[in-house]
Amino acid sequence: MAKYKNHILVCGGTGCRASQGEEIVQNLGKVLEENSLENEVQVVRTGCFGFCEKGPVVKMVPDNTFYVQVTPEDAPEIVAEHLVKGRKVERLLFTDPETQERVSESKDMGFYKKQIRIALRNCGFINPENIDEYIARDGYAALGKVLTEMTPEEAIKVIIDSGLRGRGGGGFPTGLKWEITRKVEAEQKYVVCNADEGDPGAFMDRSILEGDPHAVLEAMAINGYCTGATKGLIYIRAEYPLAISRLKIAIDQAREYGLLGTGLFGTDYDFDVELRYGAGAFVCGEETSLIHSMEGLRGEPTVKPPFPSESGYKGMPTNVNNVETYANIPVILLEGAEWFSSIGTEKSKGTKVFALAGKVNNVGLIEVPMGTTLREVIFDIGGGIKDGKKFKAVQTGGPSGGCLTEKHLDIPIDYDNLIACGSMMGSGGMIVMDEDDCMVSVAKFYLDFTVEESCGKCAPCRIGNKRLYEMLEKLTEGKGTEEDLTLLRNLSNVIKDTSLCGLGQTSPNPVLSTMENFADEYAAHVHDGKCPAGQCKSLMQYVISDEKCIGCTLCSRVCPVDAITGDKKEPHLISQETCIKCGACYEKCKFGAISIQ
Amino acid sequence: MADIKLPAGKVDELKEVCKKLGNEGGELINALHAAQELFGYLPAEVQELVANEMNVSVAHVYGVVTFYSFFSMIPKGEHPISICMGTACYVRGAEKVLDEFKRHLDVKVGETTEDGKFSISCLRCVGACGLAPVVTVGEKVYGRVAAEDVKGILEEYK
Repeated sequence: MAKYKNHILVCGGTGCRASQGEEIVQNLGKVLEENSLENEVQVVRTGCFGFCEKGPVVKMVPDNTFYVQVTPEDAPEIVAEHLVKGRKVERLLFTDPETQERVSESKDMGFYKKQIRIALRNCGFINPENIDEYIARDGYAALGKVLTEMTPEEAIKVIIDSGLRGRGGGGFPTGLKWEITRKVEAEQKYVVCNADEGDPGAFMDRSILEGDPHAVLEAMAINGYCTGATKGLIYIRAEYPLAISRLKIAIDQAREYGLLGTGLFGTDYDFDVELRYGAGAFVCGEETSLIHSMEGLRGEPTVKPPFPSESGYKGMPTNVNNVETYANIPVILLEGAEWFSSIGTEKSKGTKVFALAGKVNNVGLIEVPMGTTLREVIFDIGGGIKDGKKFKAVQTGGPSGGCLTEKHLDIPIDYDNLIACGSMMGSGGMIVMDEDDCMVSVAKFYLDFTVEESCGKCAPCRIGNKRLYEMLEKLTEGKGTEEDLTLLRNLSNVIKDTSLCGLGQTSPNPVLSTMENFADEYAAHVHDGKCPAGQCKSLMQYVISDEKCIGCTLCSRVCPVDAITGDKKEPHLISQETCIKCGACYEKCKFGAISIQ
Repeated sequence: MADIKLPAGKVDELKEVCKKLGNEGGELINALHAAQELFGYLPAEVQELVANEMNVSVAHVYGVVTFYSFFSMIPKGEHPISICMGTACYVRGAEKVLDEFKRHLDVKVGETTEDGKFSISCLRCVGACGLAPVVTVGEKVYGRVAAEDVKGILEEYK
């Protein structure tokens, strides 16, 4: 094996690849060759660094210089300056928005300071397509330890004592689930990894699979040993081609090394993993639906009990855990239950990965200890609201969750606290909204999603959500009545109480939580026919102020439908009949002459 | 059975895939993924073929195809346009971008233009939320798209 003096780590996550990450890798390789450095410096494609806002990210090892927003054209300068002359490329360093100073190491950035990376420990550190790099970071050591030194009961006890709860949203104690599956007698048992990450705006599972696929395979093998299963299945979204390809490579390498297959670590324990593909159905995140989908059926849920731990895939006991849950397992077994349970709150241990997105300065993937407050996440890590606007709400838990407001900002985040405020942890999507977002529209957006994703099996979810959507539509058109508001609340509660599976039982949450926290906004739509955020098209119009308009003509040039007329240096006018209310003029006007009425 | 006008080579290839999957109904979704990859979409003829090969009823196949949004019974355009409608993209203005595409191409979501050049679909989340709003045309990803960029994007493919 060649020994390299330096490594250049290039983020190979989906986000950075979409911004020419692959071209950066290729250009770096080319320039290194031109400088005859290819035997001294290695370019490594890693998993996601998390700081997607500033991607593509390139990290120099060993000095840990962290370059942001790198382009393929920057490759020659990075090599010539950083590697040859030993000088940092100042212009590619991160600028602290508060102090305006250049920061060269990630540990000094606000975005990373409060994070503890357990599930994401290897993302952005190792090449996910090379099993040796995983092994070098204690990979497969936990599996070896469990197989050769521990009984399944002992290993399960460690997981129970650690307090780890399911990271897919439900928060069920993981060790307990394993114990239940273990106790059921059956000829064949299965362990399943739920990688059907369907929450829009959540991408932590994808990033783990792309950045550290072996961690999931190792944990599944441990899970198999503990529960008595010899077969593992990963149910993954077909929309994640990169994660699929990295998983396939990882499975092949693990088989080659004898870490999957027969007689693992010289014991008589056999375990192997297969992939199953999803096909775009949100409901398949629910375990019983997921199992039906793996069996080649429509992914419709069935009533629990029986739980999959008793009767799941092909009628056999099946233990289903989520990707992030699995990613925690090997570390817990190596470091011990006590270490893990020392992090977090009383009832929620460890860390949680959140996909921070929306109107926040630092969009990205973060991992924080349970008990961190929303304020710390949004303002310290997230760097506050974009364009200096005012924070309005944060949506957690995806389509099943709710919108939290200013008054919830100082609540420590954990499973129970979020539920107590009318939202939930969900898989960890966190969407930040500012003053320009209309909460009635947001509720409608989620209902639109639910209506489309409802499998149609039970009436409350299939019909009820559609009616909720129609009522919300009426509100956003200014045609809602006081009676609609009462009906909206009542119907929401009926759907929650009577739906068959988790999808319907939680789908009215966005409606209920916005009605609770933004009652004024609902009232404004009904009583005043106004949308305070200026988002509902039927309730607003764009108007140019004669006093402020200097006639620069910019607005008329950006208008896609030529609705704006006026001579140079004369005030312009918007034809309300032609205007499609796209807002392009409003965003472009430099003089604040266009307002929403 | 309907008159199959599918290219024989691809039919044989699909049969081969089904055989590898053990011609077993439990593998239906994997077979459909392969079929869509081969033919680009899943017209009735392909569904009948898959049903035959996997030993399940055509009704069952149709039920599965219509259940999952990833499977399509309409051929996609030469340049399939997907607009991410995940929450992160939505709050950063994806709806306006979608409206612009619909207006320019005069088709609805899920439809293909008459000349077969473009089709519009909505995605649930590409997971590139840092680049929101995101649009993909074929394999190419466009990040931070604004409504006024739409015209320029379409020009690239005309």
